[in-house]
Amino acid sequence: MKRGNTLKLAVTVILVAVVVFFSIQPLTNSETGIPLGLDLRGGVHLVLQAEMGKDGAEITKDDMDKARAVIEERVNGLGVSEPYIQTNYDKKRIIIELAGVADPDEAVKVLQTTAKLTFRDPDGNILMDGSMLKDAKAAVDTSRGRTDYVVQISFTSEGTSKFADITTKYLGQKIGIYMDERKIQDPEVSVPIVDGQGQIQGYSSLEEAAQYAVMFRSGALPVSMSIVEKNQVGALLGADSLNKSLNACVIALIFIFLFMLLLYRLPGLVADFSLVVFSVIVLWGLYGIGTVLTLPGIAGFVLSIGMAVDLNIIVYERIKEELKLGKSLRAAVDAGFSRAFITVFDSNITTIFAALALFLLGSASIKGFAITLIVGIVASLFTAITFTRWVMRWIVGINPRMSKWLFGVKEVK
Amino acid sequence: MADKYKDKKTLKNTAPVVTPAASEASYDDVKHEHRLYFNIVKKRYIWFALSLLLMIPGIISLCTQGLNLSIDYKGGSMFNIQFNEKVTQADINQAMDSVGLTGSVQLTNGDISAIVRTEALDQTKRDELLAAIQKQAGTFDMKNVEEQLVQPAIGDELKSGAIKSLAVASLLILIYVSFRFRFVYAVSSVIALLHDILITLGLFSLFQWEIDAAFIAAILTIFGYSINDTVVIYDRIRENERRMKKKDSFEDMVDKSVWQTMGRSVKTVCTVLIALLAIFFLGGESTRSFSLAMIIGVFFGAYSSICIASQLVVEIKKRTSEDNKKDNPAES
Repeated sequence: MKRGNTLKLAVTVILVAVVVFFSIQPLTNSETGIPLGLDLRGGVHLVLQAEMGKDGAEITKDDMDKARAVIEERVNGLGVSEPYIQTNYDKKRIIIELAGVADPDEAVKVLQTTAKLTFRDPDGNILMDGSMLKDAKAAVDTSRGRTDYVVQISFTSEGTSKFADITTKYLGQKIGIYMDERKIQDPEVSVPIVDGQGQIQGYSSLEEAAQYAVMFRSGALPVSMSIVEKNQVGALLGADSLNKSLNACVIALIFIFLFMLLLYRLPGLVADFSLVVFSVIVLWGLYGIGTVLTLPGIAGFVLSIGMAVDLNIIVYERIKEELKLGKSLRAAVDAGFSRAFITVFDSNITTIFAALALFLLGSASIKGFAITLIVGIVASLFTAITFTRWVMRWIVGINPRMSKWLFGVKEVK
Repeated sequence: MADKYKDKKTLKNTAPVVTPAASEASYDDVKHEHRLYFNIVKKRYIWFALSLLLMIPGIISLCTQGLNLSIDYKGGSMFNIQFNEKVTQADINQAMDSVGLTGSVQLTNGDISAIVRTEALDQTKRDELLAAIQKQAGTFDMKNVEEQLVQPAIGDELKSGAIKSLAVASLLILIYVSFRFRFVYAVSSVIALLHDILITLGLFSLFQWEIDAAFIAAILTIFGYSINDTVVIYDRIRENERRMKKKDSFEDMVDKSVWQTMGRSVKTVCTVLIALLAIFFLGGESTRSFSLAMIIGVFFGAYSSICIASQLVVEIKKRTSEDNKKDNPAES
């Protein structure tokens, strides 16, 4: 029995060491690891609010889609690696997050300008602008005996005559369609368009055609957007925050490890060991959910370490009590764990409630904190009642008569 | 299982059964255990008075000067600028004046960095202000400015969200504790929670420390944490209550339970405080108000779990069951 337990213990220690070793790289890799929030690596968080035009017309879902298409177009132009753009139709808002952008100030300026659609000649001279475009929609055309995905465009009366002139003049040439200064399409004029009804061909799918249609329409009908929330952090400052908070993490861990070791001796060592397991589980958990690590998130992680230790303390205090009542080590360890389970469970469910409330009703950055806290509590419940328990049993199994001093209890004879 | 049997042999002259806590420590054992033992339950009026004394200045301050809300809640613009050389407050103030803005300027990091707060600015006004600061106060790298803009409407949303989440959390906790324990316990624990929150809010109001978006996270975590603490003690009371004999006094049992869990209470607060102090001192500017609120909340949360929550249970029980008292001479 003794040998079996020693073996199990040794295998576990080696296994944990291996897992930790192979977790470091995938989790901390700047490309594929846990993504860092913009407060840690710099970037911009913008909330744009669509504002009603002068005519007082209601902002429709379509308007929001147009606005989003323009913004997406511009963000793509910025070359940000993983932009996050979200439309909130209820509140008529668009949320943009550009992490890791080198010059956040410039990015905001680019996003802020009003979208402008223009038609230009092959040399790039502006012929007419998008305000004369009445509508653009995606369609399927089968008139030529095959399936063509097209964008049908129609012009206002003023636009009709102007476009007729243009298409007559540039017959056989390419007309550039520009969004701001970026060329998004340059269809060739095959016939003069005199009735104000045109068609652009050559899309590979209906979705693609629809995307362009939205973009053309938004040029014709720009929704005015204003910044209602902006959070901008320079890359240097972000890196500084990251260093500081990692420092705080390391120092907190060292002190907690020492504290447990001094207080509970052998079980303290076990607690420290399972804290390592706990940290690995939490980090993989966060990685799995796809959480973005932010400053509040790190604070939540450090706090959950403090709270994970609490579970061990509840169990160990219980074991000490049982030992003082004169129980054997084995019995005290079993009793400690099974009795403390109810306590640990009750007390942590309540913390989860608070975290849930934060998650459901909190703002974006607070959500990150809440998720970290919830993952932390679940992971600590798991490690405290399973992992720590196995390890403690094996240790006691190796030598059931080892000195109670190792457990932080004065030997009473 | 063979080894289980072997274990029983070693148990022969101690406890006869292996079930958890089959025998229990007597009240006297618990008293002897702690060098600093004193009767916490008997002194409960002292704790109540102490807590009131702690809360009153805070409440007065909350009513008179309120909280120092950051732009997260009231809307506004905030710039954290790292200058290339030392700057003076007067220069920045002058730059703000020149574009017709008022606000607060706070120099940090040996007068190299400045935090400038003002009303919610649009892009043109913002550019004007930054240009004026560049010109009149000192040069800085635009790429590394930390900037925050919140329109007042958004701030209001955050405020109502904060209040809603507090209400939802308290309700959930109230229901859960009533369900797992009894209503008396739930009410007492929620009063103790409000006590922790009031003290924290009161201190933030008294010293006019700024309250940002993360503060609400801190308050809710204090909620979760402090109730966690309280539940551990309640749990022990519930366990000891089952073993109570007719002649035992409820007060003594509560006092014993509080002392039995004292080691745990003190140690766990220590570990959480270690974590929080590390964030406070090393975590940088942006998590400071969060960790400060947590430090205060965790400290008073532990205090209220020991001295307020379970003492309220004793007090309410005593007042609602007068006839129990007559049967029980030990309680008078």
